[in-house]
Amino acid sequence: MRTIMKRHYGNLIVRPYRHMKEIAGLLRKKDFAQAKSRIRRLFFGMQFTDGLLYTLLIYTLLVSLAYIYLYPVLYMLTNSFMNMADIINVAVRWIPTTLNWENYRIVWTDINYPRALLDAIILAGVPALSATVSSAIVGYGFARYRMPLKKILMALMIMAFIIPPQVTMLPTFRMYSNYDLLGSLRAFVYPAILGQGLNGAIYILVFYSFFKMIPKSLEESAQLDGAGPLKIFTKIALPLAVPAIIIVFLFSFVWYYNETYLAGLFLSGSDMLTLPLRIEQYIINFISIYPEGSQARELFQAVRLAGYVLALLPLLVLYFFTQKHFVESIDRTGITGE
Amino acid sequence: MKKRMTALAEWIDEKLMPPVRRFGHRLVHNRVIDIRINSVVLFKTVTIPMTNRRRESLVGLGFIAIWIVGYVIFTLYPVFYSLYLSFFKVTMDGADLDLVFQGINNYRASFLSDPYFVSVLIEYVLEMIIYVPVTIVFALIIAILINQDIRGKGAWRTIFFLPVIITSGPVIVELVNQGATTLPSIGEYEGITMVLDNVSEFLANPIQALFDQILLVLWFAGIQILILLAGLQKIDRAIYEASMIDGAGPWTSFWKITLPSIMPLITITIIYTVVAISVFNTNEVIIYIRNIMLGESTPALTTGYGYTATLAWIYFIVMSLIIIIFILLINIKKGFKS
Repeated sequence: MRTIMKRHYGNLIVRPYRHMKEIAGLLRKKDFAQAKSRIRRLFFGMQFTDGLLYTLLIYTLLVSLAYIYLYPVLYMLTNSFMNMADIINVAVRWIPTTLNWENYRIVWTDINYPRALLDAIILAGVPALSATVSSAIVGYGFARYRMPLKKILMALMIMAFIIPPQVTMLPTFRMYSNYDLLGSLRAFVYPAILGQGLNGAIYILVFYSFFKMIPKSLEESAQLDGAGPLKIFTKIALPLAVPAIIIVFLFSFVWYYNETYLAGLFLSGSDMLTLPLRIEQYIINFISIYPEGSQARELFQAVRLAGYVLALLPLLVLYFFTQKHFVESIDRTGITGE
Repeated sequence: MKKRMTALAEWIDEKLMPPVRRFGHRLVHNRVIDIRINSVVLFKTVTIPMTNRRRESLVGLGFIAIWIVGYVIFTLYPVFYSLYLSFFKVTMDGADLDLVFQGINNYRASFLSDPYFVSVLIEYVLEMIIYVPVTIVFALIIAILINQDIRGKGAWRTIFFLPVIITSGPVIVELVNQGATTLPSIGEYEGITMVLDNVSEFLANPIQALFDQILLVLWFAGIQILILLAGLQKIDRAIYEASMIDGAGPWTSFWKITLPSIMPLITITIIYTVVAISVFNTNEVIIYIRNIMLGESTPALTTGYGYTATLAWIYFIVMSLIIIIFILLINIKKGFKS
């Protein structure tokens, strides 16, 4: 029993429990001085950091911060299920009286959700894939080969990360409209395939630091056996870089999925739209139909939230299955190692 | 299936590759360029000896060539073109741009006769001064908390990283509109109200905004938490033990060991935080620039796209200054200590 408890609760339960037992024993023996020091040990530990008080402090902080973090998500989820009566009823704050799927059904049919979802996945997936391929190649080039001006080139790359899109958006917009790229997927794929996609510098840096971590001797031995640079890259470096590839693809997928500024600019007026933008447009249309203060509009608050939950749902599902890759990304790629 | 694959591979090797190889050979062994084992001959006359160093950098350049091309097309050209435009009055004449030289009038106008831009910009700067340290301090606190000896590290990381997945523009706007980003009643605490009453309005507004949007500020800390956490995990535990033996408490060892060793990472998080907050599309300045570009809030004095480019450039410069100043501050402190 004790081992099970120890495995599951560790220091939090077992040690205080043992301490308390000993303290009770000391109290029974009327050894108050010893008991006092034991109690102090229980709360403050040998150093402060191994006492009960410290542990409680840590968990309290963690739980309250986690609450703050999850609050908006919980708010969205619960409120999206509310029906008319719940929204008006002040007493209903967190838990809706009934699970009201009606809100979801409205949005689902009105925007033709499966179709919109497919669009959004293509819109995020294809640029993300292109960005992953190009940044792997470029990152490998930067990591493995000495070349003149490398430092300057990498500094330029970081500069590109800092430049806000507002600076480049105007000429880019004109360029796209001249070459008829507006309103199509190509407006996102072309920059991505040339390593200039959304946050492209980060992906290149991830691959850069990852390839730096791989020992060079592997590639040197392949070179001795007569493999050319391309062969070494595809046969040795890339298979080793699978974690980095997954991470870069996931991150860029999520960022492209959530991108709204450029998407709103380049895709406005076309059928292809990212899911959050489509929901936003749907809401604007809805508002324009129903006048201010009408009942439908009141209810619409919940419908809106249901819409955004639907917009986020694919990402939440993705995150649920791949969260390990996300949260371990930085350790694995060693991007902080410089 | 496997048989077919081998057949396919054989077919590629026997039928497809020889012409490709011949074509490649023609490409590099002709009158214009002849690549030999240790030299490159141009036009049959100029011979460039190939040293190992040169060959290496050529191969490297080959890898990053796609990035260089993309950089010139999608970053350098738009950046300089928009800088160029910012000195002109630009009107759309059909598909062509009609340019009238303005000198620095655009820049002067943005500061002297555009009341709205200056106030948004000042508000932005003040917000950054408060938001960036708050974000980083919170990220550091959370990273340290997770780095403690606690249960379920992965689960905590998953919670604190969740916002990175779901922060897209429309969703955030919706949450702000519905009041889900402000913790209920946090603004009503006596202490906060007192502080707000006693500082000048100049500072009170951003602080008020901070409390109204505390969740947003925390939500921007996702990636920073991971970066700092990776840094914390790299610190050798033995250093802490040694300092403990010498009598350092947790407080001292935080200031003397933890903070100095993650200082370089803090610089990275500063850049990341400033960029992330600045280009996020709930940012007032960005909304204003976009509105000007789309002609939705045209002040009488605008010079069309030229003015938009001016505003974007000013914004970029201010943003870079903020990053530089923050990094300098951090480094001055570091130099002072050692």
